Amino acid sequence: MTELLEQPHETTAKPTTIEKVSIVVSKGSLEGIYPALIMANGARMEGIDADLFFTFFGLDAIRKDRFEKIKVATVGNPGMHIPTWIGAVPGMSWLATKMMQRQMEKIDIPPVPEFVELLGDSGVRFFACKATVDMFGLSLEDFVPQVEEIISVGEFYERSAGAEIVFT
Amino acid sequence: MATTLIADAPVDVDDEGFLTDPAQWNEAIAEAIARENGIPQLTDRHWLVVRFMRERYLATGMAPSIRALGKESGVPVKELYELFPKGPAKLAAKIGGIPKPKGCI
Repeated sequence: MTELLEQPHETTAKPTTIEKVSIVVSKGSLEGIYPALIMANGARMEGIDADLFFTFFGLDAIRKDRFEKIKVATVGNPGMHIPTWIGAVPGMSWLATKMMQRQMEKIDIPPVPEFVELLGDSGVRFFACKATVDMFGLSLEDFVPQVEEIISVGEFYERSAGAEIVFT
Repeated sequence: MATTLIADAPVDVDDEGFLTDPAQWNEAIAEAIARENGIPQLTDRHWLVVRFMRERYLATGMAPSIRALGKESGVPVKELYELFPKGPAKLAAKIGGIPKPKGCI
């Protein structure tokens, strides 16, 4: 005779609202950075706290010497729907970036530098990943003023207590 | 959608309490919605944002983005979040009696 094991019952708690998000930005291309910035802004617009944690090439979004020159990746990007060799033609990335920026402007999405400023003013907090900062030989002075601190992964998790972590 | 009573006036609202017909709005309703959403007293600065949102919506059929709000309302983004900590665009739209902004920005 089989005996039915009683299934553990999920407590039927009411779905709670999200109070905080911690968004990791790990890519340095335009299409890699924008989703994170848009999600951070969207969070603040809903009254949700938002931290941005920049790691690896994601640091380009907050590097003073690079954040005005973020480009669309035209090589190795199947989403472009163009042959790889065309993507590699000089000027292609520039052109794709210009086109995307024009489209973004149409729907009122600001360029990266203005977006970073908007997010800072909206109360989004910016952090840089210590491991990558050390690897690239950077320091806090290399980043835009919105960046508060260089923190370790451990500190990132500590800061993210109770938050939803989003990796981009 | 449901009809409810705000500041003694019957108004149509959606699930989240946004007015679905901007014509039913008045200032007493604005103040009542503000109180209910954690803003005890609407200051001149609040009104500036609320009226900008409302007028822009009535003129274009779309609520302005937070970017436009910060640039064109006369209230900078930082102050917008101080005035409406739980989301300036959303809350100003609610208080201004227009539908919830649908944009991502």
